[in-house]
Amino acid sequence: MIGSLLSWLTDPANWSGSDGIPTRLLEHLTYALMTMVIAAAVALPLGLWIGHSGRMRWLVTATNAARAVPTLGLLFAASLLVGPVLKGDAAYLAPSIAVLVLLAVPPLLAGTYAGVEAVDPAARDAARGVGMTGWQVLRQVELPCALPLVMSGLRTAVLQVVATATIAAYIGLGGLGRYLVDGIALGDYPRAAGGALLVALLAIALEGLLALLQRRLVSPGLTGRGRRVGGSRNDDESVAAEANARTAVAPGGRPGTSS
Amino acid sequence: MDWLASNWRTVIDLAGQHLYLAGVPLLLGLLLSLPLGWLAKRWRGAYPAVVTTSGLLYTIPSLALFIIMPIVLGTKILDPVNVIVAMTVYTVALLARTVADGLISVPDHVEQAATAMGYRGLRRLVGVELPLAVPVIAAGLRVAAVSNVSIVSVASLVGVSQLGSLLVDGWRRIIWGELVTGIVACLVLALLLDGLILLGAKALTPWRRVAGGAA
Repeated sequence: MIGSLLSWLTDPANWSGSDGIPTRLLEHLTYALMTMVIAAAVALPLGLWIGHSGRMRWLVTATNAARAVPTLGLLFAASLLVGPVLKGDAAYLAPSIAVLVLLAVPPLLAGTYAGVEAVDPAARDAARGVGMTGWQVLRQVELPCALPLVMSGLRTAVLQVVATATIAAYIGLGGLGRYLVDGIALGDYPRAAGGALLVALLAIALEGLLALLQRRLVSPGLTGRGRRVGGSRNDDESVAAEANARTAVAPGGRPGTSS
Repeated sequence: MDWLASNWRTVIDLAGQHLYLAGVPLLLGLLLSLPLGWLAKRWRGAYPAVVTTSGLLYTIPSLALFIIMPIVLGTKILDPVNVIVAMTVYTVALLARTVADGLISVPDHVEQAATAMGYRGLRRLVGVELPLAVPVIAAGLRVAAVSNVSIVSVASLVGVSQLGSLLVDGWRRIIWGELVTGIVACLVLALLLDGLILLGAKALTPWRRVAGGAA
């Protein structure tokens, strides 16, 4: 089985043309980028505003609860609703991207909101005390302090989008998911497995890249790099751990995913 | 509604399948996560390893994992075992860290008091540390349960039948009743599991109900 998988991966025919691996990979990345730009445009300002003002917190809870809706069902429902109305590529592209955005917004929103919310009130007060305006506090204190959680949300969202874009191949989207879906439909297991391997590698590579980016962006003063963090356990930590488990359980302290 | 009225038997059958495919991995994952979480607490050097490995496993998209499983396990592509193992992997990826965090959150002075009262080793772990970690572990378990129910529906794309089959069939034949039934049934199942875990956690932590539910 592994032999046929390797021969699929190394076959030069699979590395060129409109169904070639480079083309499919580029498609996958394009969908992910399109989705993330739209989702960030919605979720980042909204999350910053909710965290900064403390208003409309229910919105974060509501979007988190929506996680229980099966992504597959969302894709199919969107495809049936929008598909017949639009023509050509848009018939599958529009519903797919819409669902992808819908899935990318909750983790981004939760991460941004939780990040701003968790900023040390002393830091906020100090910033006000030195005469910063609300806007300056947000930009120069709250945003940098919130960055670790914002990035966690971003990483979760990207993984969710890469995973769901794969599934969206079933309703006609391009990208690497085509190999998995077509491979299964044709009973061509090496193709499905080859595609699966590529998708898994893509997800891991993106995760690694974003983790690196996070290390570069987040101020060393926040992460405790270069200074020892004491490992003392106390009652506060128990409360923190439970809150952490409830809102941001996914590995790496990311708000949970489900796809 | 018409569709549901004439097909409710199928829906019940598929819901049972779905519960099995999402529930068994939840239990297996919890059983595997307990020793892993304990290791991560006992040897602090193991903690980053547990966090990194689980993070990496969780990164793999579900459809890809379902398809890769036969290579790893040597099973057939249609074998439900693939789904069970893949879901267990996801559950462990979520829970191992949560269990570790839960155990680490037990205050030092409580552990010292337990030791002074004669609790040692496994007895202290099972009798004192685990019960105190229940709220944290339960919170993680609830997230795992809800996400498992959602992910299992994807298995219909590799031909393993459960509620996701309603989604695929409803979409293919454009039967809205079937598609909506599938979505709602998944939601109900997720809520049911979630509530069950919540109740279980409440029953296991009677001290949290007294004194106005402090902490």
